[in-house]
Amino acid sequence: MMARWLPYPLVAAALAGVWLLLNETVSPGAILLGAVAAVAASRVLVRLDMPRIRPRRLLAIVRLTGIVLVEIVRSNNAVARIILGRRKGRTSGFVRIPLDMRNPYGLCALACIITATPGTVWVEYDSTDSWVLIHVLDLVDEEVWVRIIKQRYEARLMEIFE
Amino acid sequence: MIEVAADVPLWAAIPTALLVLLGAGLALTGSFGLLRLSSFYDRIHAPTLGSTLGIGCVLIASMFFFSVVETRPVLHELLITVLMVVTTPVALMLLARAALYRDRTEGNPDVPPLPGLDPEEPVPAPEGGEAPESHPAAAPAEEPASAVRTVRES
Repeated sequence: MMARWLPYPLVAAALAGVWLLLNETVSPGAILLGAVAAVAASRVLVRLDMPRIRPRRLLAIVRLTGIVLVEIVRSNNAVARIILGRRKGRTSGFVRIPLDMRNPYGLCALACIITATPGTVWVEYDSTDSWVLIHVLDLVDEEVWVRIIKQRYEARLMEIFE
Repeated sequence: MIEVAADVPLWAAIPTALLVLLGAGLALTGSFGLLRLSSFYDRIHAPTLGSTLGIGCVLIASMFFFSVVETRPVLHELLITVLMVVTTPVALMLLARAALYRDRTEGNPDVPPLPGLDPEEPVPAPEGGEAPESHPAAAPAEEPASAVRTVRES
């Protein structure tokens, strides 16, 4: 019964949250209207047949968010120095990273993390052989980047999503 | 708006101003990077300064300022943050993939060739040079045959 009326509870909750944030109110009317809109909109996703997701390991999500935020600040600093500095001999290049993760939500989160961190851009993904090609602005050692992506992000994302 | 801004206490005005300046400075640095950096793949990194920490600083400043002015929590800037994080990768990936596709079609040696042309060797080194001969079936379906041929010839 619950699964029929509320097939994607997380999406519905997020949509209701968006509704309340946009309206900037927690009045009963807004909550009711937001809940109706959220349930209706989330049921549309049934048509798309999206894989379901279970909220797990909230602590791991919080920890990963913290790591990413710190990393965003650090790489903003690093990239700003590269742009404004006069350092010679910087090389940029592509790194191909083999991935073990196949969960689409995990891959999506990884793409957001890699792209949201200045200095790295997710370029191409191959689902058949499961690798991702990223471009790194300040590339010193390819092995280091493979290790960073796999250990710092992929391992934690697999813990959360798989 | 301006009269409201004049009434803001100093303890709120200073951090707001610093955050806005920092955010704007990062966006400016990113735009400058577009001019400064040499290749397309380098330049694509520069605007992310403005779209991550830059916009983050401005949004925190906005939430802080209006929460103080209206004496209630103003949080709907959080939505902008979420939407930025989710949509920026889409635009960047489209640009990067389009550039990569063009460079491979033109046979630019600076970009890694498409692996998987040879089933025996699924992941060749990025600086692999010549792409190996292959069966057409081994090429990924999304790559039109003409592009595969050009890569092989180059």
